[in-house]
Amino acid sequence: MHKASVAELSAALKARKFSSEELVRAHLARIHAQDSELNSFVTVTETEALAAASHADKLIAAGEASPLTGIPLAHKDIFCTRGVRTSCGSKMLDNFVPPYNATVVDKIADAGMVVLGKTNMDEFAMGSSNENSYYGPVRNPWDTKRVPGGSSGGSAAAVAARMTPLATCTDTGGSIRQPASLCGITGIKPTYGRVSRYGMVAFASSLDQGGIMGRSAEDAAWLLGVMAGFDPKDSTSVDRPVDDYVGGLNQSIEGLTIGLPREHFGEGLDPEVGAVVEAAIREYEKLGATIKDIDLPNSPLSVPAYYVVAPAECSSNLSRFDGVRYGYRAQHPKDLQDLYTRSRGEAFGEEVQRRIMVGTYALSTGYYDAYYLKAQKIRRLISDDFRQAFSEVDVIMGPTSPTTAFPLGERTDDPITMYLSDIYTIGVNLAGLTGISIPAGFAGGLPVGLQIIGNYFEEARILSVAHRYQQVTDWHTKAPADAGSQT
Amino acid sequence: MEWETVIGLEIHAQLATHSKIFSAASTAYGAEANTQACAIDLGMPGMLPVLNAEAVRMAVKLGLATGSEITRRSVFARKNYFYPDLPKGYQISQFELPIVGPGTLEIELKDGTRKQVGITRAHLEEDAGKSLHEDFHGMSGIDLNRAGTPLIEIVSEPDMRSAAEAIAYMKKIHTLVRYLEICDGNMQEGSFRCDANVSIRPVGAAEFGTRTELKNINSFRFVERAINYEVERQIDVLESGGTVTQETRLYDTDKNETRPMRSKEEANDYRYFPDPDLLPVELDEDYIQAIADTLPELPDPKRERFQQEYDLSAYDAGVLSASRELADFYEATVAAAKGTAKLTANWVMGELAGVLNKQSLDIGASRISPEQLGGLVLRIEDNTISGKIAKEVFEAMWSEQQDADTIIEARGLRQITDTGAIESLIDEVIEAHPKQTEQYRGGAEKLLGFFVGQVMKRSQGKANPGMVNKVLRDKLGGS
Repeated sequence: MHKASVAELSAALKARKFSSEELVRAHLARIHAQDSELNSFVTVTETEALAAASHADKLIAAGEASPLTGIPLAHKDIFCTRGVRTSCGSKMLDNFVPPYNATVVDKIADAGMVVLGKTNMDEFAMGSSNENSYYGPVRNPWDTKRVPGGSSGGSAAAVAARMTPLATCTDTGGSIRQPASLCGITGIKPTYGRVSRYGMVAFASSLDQGGIMGRSAEDAAWLLGVMAGFDPKDSTSVDRPVDDYVGGLNQSIEGLTIGLPREHFGEGLDPEVGAVVEAAIREYEKLGATIKDIDLPNSPLSVPAYYVVAPAECSSNLSRFDGVRYGYRAQHPKDLQDLYTRSRGEAFGEEVQRRIMVGTYALSTGYYDAYYLKAQKIRRLISDDFRQAFSEVDVIMGPTSPTTAFPLGERTDDPITMYLSDIYTIGVNLAGLTGISIPAGFAGGLPVGLQIIGNYFEEARILSVAHRYQQVTDWHTKAPADAGSQT
Repeated sequence: MEWETVIGLEIHAQLATHSKIFSAASTAYGAEANTQACAIDLGMPGMLPVLNAEAVRMAVKLGLATGSEITRRSVFARKNYFYPDLPKGYQISQFELPIVGPGTLEIELKDGTRKQVGITRAHLEEDAGKSLHEDFHGMSGIDLNRAGTPLIEIVSEPDMRSAAEAIAYMKKIHTLVRYLEICDGNMQEGSFRCDANVSIRPVGAAEFGTRTELKNINSFRFVERAINYEVERQIDVLESGGTVTQETRLYDTDKNETRPMRSKEEANDYRYFPDPDLLPVELDEDYIQAIADTLPELPDPKRERFQQEYDLSAYDAGVLSASRELADFYEATVAAAKGTAKLTANWVMGELAGVLNKQSLDIGASRISPEQLGGLVLRIEDNTISGKIAKEVFEAMWSEQQDADTIIEARGLRQITDTGAIESLIDEVIEAHPKQTEQYRGGAEKLLGFFVGQVMKRSQGKANPGMVNKVLRDKLGGS
């Protein structure tokens, strides 16, 4: 059951080969067996899941099911879930139970899907290794001494370890694609504005975008059709029709032009990772694609620009966590100032505090022009680079991350090296484009991801390009040995 | 040394939308604490603002009415600071690109002189909640009902040179926002309040002096007192060799003084930046034109029209056009009185204003409708009743809420214009006062008034005074 695709699960449920309840129980069993080691879930909502599964079974029996009814998934613990604690990986929200659902959560519930639980993540989505969680690090199912990537590390590990067929996740600088790459699964970050941010705890509002992790592009296409769409409650969501992602999967590669940015294949790229990616690109050539070298001249500036814009927005977005209305509150504050400083000082982790400090500095009088405004100008240049590139090519490909999964603890004292794990993904967020990471092979026994970047709202195209590759290769079907069985 | 006062005002007007500027929660005043604050107003995680289109429309109305530029692309920004009644830790406001750009407003002073006051800008923003420091046993209570209420902040140039000018400007804006129906103007509830920037400089100096900002003053009287106090204070400081400190000061209404607010509260670097949760507000010509087409007649043109169309004095026209409701009432009354404009003006500004004032009622709460009052004016005009009887009829109309005609008929107040009836009344009076008759006929003509009085008394005020005069002269004969 846990190896079947979403389409197979949907067909099996409809044919009554097994019930949603059986399917959900099977996945819960895999969570119980593996997750004490992997730590990918912050909360498992077993009771609610079984109730939802039994409701789904009734809908299926009554012939009122949608294609995804009864299929389980997990939500990153950044999406607000009514009545279920939404921690965002932080001590600050350890006690926070939202009285509302994120739009994404509502849409998925409306489709009849069953939520297994909430997945672990870097605190407030700030991190590339999932080591910044209040609930402890997530372990990579391929090698539990290594990180799963971040910030959506819990979702990535849960999908990779076959504890859930699908998971929601968010991507601000690579937080979907990088962990998908490091865990050997498929992860898509839609175009900014394609998926509602309402009810998704904000890190950097102009960059955050909800997306999907699954085992294949086809599985992701099913869920994206449910999640995408205009939401009047999110002013930055875009009012345009949602494509038929599943229906569009089988477009031919013949005549497709693939751009390879030189900047994504240079210094800093692990040669073994590079070799895997080049092999994947040769596969596309065999399928009839044309390969073209391109330049994204401003891409070296993407990491510094990102680490001004994202902290600036986060410093403001996280001001609401002040110990006054909800969340963590310091004991016995002696005055208002003490309430603020201790509540925030005691409940925010080191990386969150670092980014709040950096962002506050970047927005301060006298520094605004030099940092924030300049970063915004660079952002425009980066967007222009992509615009230029997409006038010549249909999609852009390259490695998702410069390395495979690195050992736990290796980069925790070196933020700069940590930040560089997102060097190939950040530009996509700064420009607001869509990108997907798919498994393309292994280097040293660890998964390597191929990143495919698409133009604005071309999710259907990159999903079909990914799907074609997954029809002629089987990297996406490779699963790690079950956790708990490793020695 | 002679000093010149320099004043600029920042007026905060609460926009009269039904819901908040970024959420669907109600803006109604006076509800139980924290019952009108939704998850967005509370700054809950993941909540996002959605701009209220009505607030934008109202801001554009104000811009058009003050002849200001309407910014085609304005931007919301975050003003970051921590305070318990500011749930998100930032206020959504407009900073570099406000929705209304420069404009001018003409004010008129008591002596009739007119002056142009520059409007620098007007921007949309959300209000904060309220901190309550009483009744919480050393703690503070937070009421977030007001959080997210739409405000427009109208910033003037430092063009005013006295408290009187500042008041004239503030009143003008107050009239305007009510005319436009974008603010109820209720100062007690804080719907209309202002900060005053005050400085002084030697007469003739080119440079401005150091200014202080007087915060949150919510009545015209207090604005005047606060400014006058502050000007005197600054003069004292400078004349005793000191320097004015740039600071925010609070006006204490009980002590009639200003004093500095804690300096900590101003040590903020607000770290403004464009709010990434909101798109820029882009307005096209069609949108602006459509709003321009719906603008009501504004106070100044209305006053001029009243002077010309109804032949009113500048003063009367000014009073009657001071509020849109009063002006509408007046015009409806004139129409009902078939164009008897001057007499109608006297009645609206006289008896009606008197009774409303006495009972502290707005014109909208008048127990006499314009149609009814116009009916009364008509009966005075066609001599059915005298002005004196009309007052009695008016009082009955107010208490019984009946038409003038109904009351006149029911009480038999119709004026006596029948010559025969008047002659017989006069005959009775002459007969009853033979001595006075003799004196009059002997040349004491001033006694005519006495006879008129007697006749009116006998007719219970209903005899037509003109006719009484004429017939009396005839009957008494004399010289």
